[in-house]
Amino acid sequence: MSLLDVRELDVRHGLLHAVRGVSVAVEGGGTVALVGANGAGKSTLLRTIAGGHRPSHGSIFFDGVDVTRVPAHKRVGLGIGLVPEGRHLFLSLTVEENLRVAARPGYWTVERVLDAFPLLADRRRSRAVNLSGGERQATAIGRTLMANPRLLLLDEVSLGLAPVAVDDVYRSLQTVIEQGTTVLLVEQDLGRAMGIAQRVICMLEGRLVLEGTADELTRERVTEAYFGLGRVVA
Amino acid sequence: MTYVDAVIQGILLGGLYALFACGLSLMFGVMRIINLAHGDLALLGTFMVLLVTEHVGLSPFAALVIVLPGAALAGYALQYLIFNRSLRGGELSPMLATFGLSVVIGNVLLEAFSADTHSLSAGALTTASWRISSQISISALSAVIFAVAVVVLVGLQLMLSYTQLGRQMRATADDPATAELVGINSKRVYGVAAAIALATAALAGTFFGMRSSFDPTLGPSQLIFAFEAVVIGGLGSLWGTLVGGIALGVAQTVGAQAFGASWSIFCGHALFLAVLAFRSQGIFAAREATA
Repeated sequence: MSLLDVRELDVRHGLLHAVRGVSVAVEGGGTVALVGANGAGKSTLLRTIAGGHRPSHGSIFFDGVDVTRVPAHKRVGLGIGLVPEGRHLFLSLTVEENLRVAARPGYWTVERVLDAFPLLADRRRSRAVNLSGGERQATAIGRTLMANPRLLLLDEVSLGLAPVAVDDVYRSLQTVIEQGTTVLLVEQDLGRAMGIAQRVICMLEGRLVLEGTADELTRERVTEAYFGLGRVVA
Repeated sequence: MTYVDAVIQGILLGGLYALFACGLSLMFGVMRIINLAHGDLALLGTFMVLLVTEHVGLSPFAALVIVLPGAALAGYALQYLIFNRSLRGGELSPMLATFGLSVVIGNVLLEAFSADTHSLSAGALTTASWRISSQISISALSAVIFAVAVVVLVGLQLMLSYTQLGRQMRATADDPATAELVGINSKRVYGVAAAIALATAALAGTFFGMRSSFDPTLGPSQLIFAFEAVVIGGLGSLWGTLVGGIALGVAQTVGAQAFGASWSIFCGHALFLAVLAFRSQGIFAAREATA
């Protein structure tokens, strides 16, 4: 049984049909990268899995349980954690408060998050509003980890960050993956996506157009699917 | 010496204003709801205490043991049944909803208790006092009310700063959608904030009823004092609300001392307008604007 099983999902924002009949399964353990151009529906798919959007059709099963109608805050308790695009930290709270407010029992504690993200160590009592982009991203990931998710959804973690900050964040992510957390990440940088993930899924205009293991897919095939140059299904 | 007395009495009165104001401040801080029914809800609490004292024969203090949990439950229910729904309708609809609620409560109280004035007896506390000098004496009731107000406001501020519920309230105030995504049940947080707001309002209303006589029409004027205390102190900080309430109380009593009793309320309003004109963020601005 898959950890996450999305079946024929349709999500609309008003007139925009952002996700069209997407079915995807994610097995427990390992890392899956979700790639695609801007507007392909990646963020909407992730937010819908986390409970931030209501699908107009289809269902989402997590660990065999139908969570399609479960509110977002309860999905966190079941083990789904989303790091939203644009971080969305609680700006008037300190780094430590941002972490503590999301805490649920498990491996990840404030100390372990601060160990995994060394750039936060001396920012513990700083208000989130005063952090740099990389520090904000690290705090956002740490905040989601505090709930000890089994499935970690990462939306555009490198967006708007300096390359050196992206390296820091990815180095820390490696620690997270080694803990056995299943990761589904949206990443614009194909090289990074294929470097960290065992499986790659490509979306185009709301549909899944390519799916395969990172080994069997070449950059060229993913790029073709990314821009819709030739419809291929692996 | 009489001015010293006026300042002392003003500080004590200000504690009550701050107690009225803290629920208003909390609901605005967490839900961004300006609760125009706050004064009437406080007065509803006063009348509930009156009802219990008259029919069960308890003292007003003992009656609070029944009325405060009732007020908290009513707050939770109001949030679920009315405020959450109105919040979905944009920023102005909660204001309209609470305005409607204010009218309804005021008229129900008028219908049920008539326009007669009532009072709550605090027993021996009403007449007991400490004589500090020939011109200054502190009434025991005022001192008790002030002490309770300080304990409630400091307690609430500590709760907001250091407990998980407090962090959840501040996080939800910052960004309710993201709060849901990190596992916070924002509806429950809103419900608890409204419960606390109504319980403190009922407590303030009861103390108000012990200090002076009251009738069903006084809700809106209590709302104005609470509102002024919040604005004078600065939005978003309960320390500020405490200081704002005290500043308002002192302005009223010192004004009465200087210009005569009929100028008391005017001087409070004048301070409020002066703060709005010259320091609109309040004496204590919130630590950081919530984005």
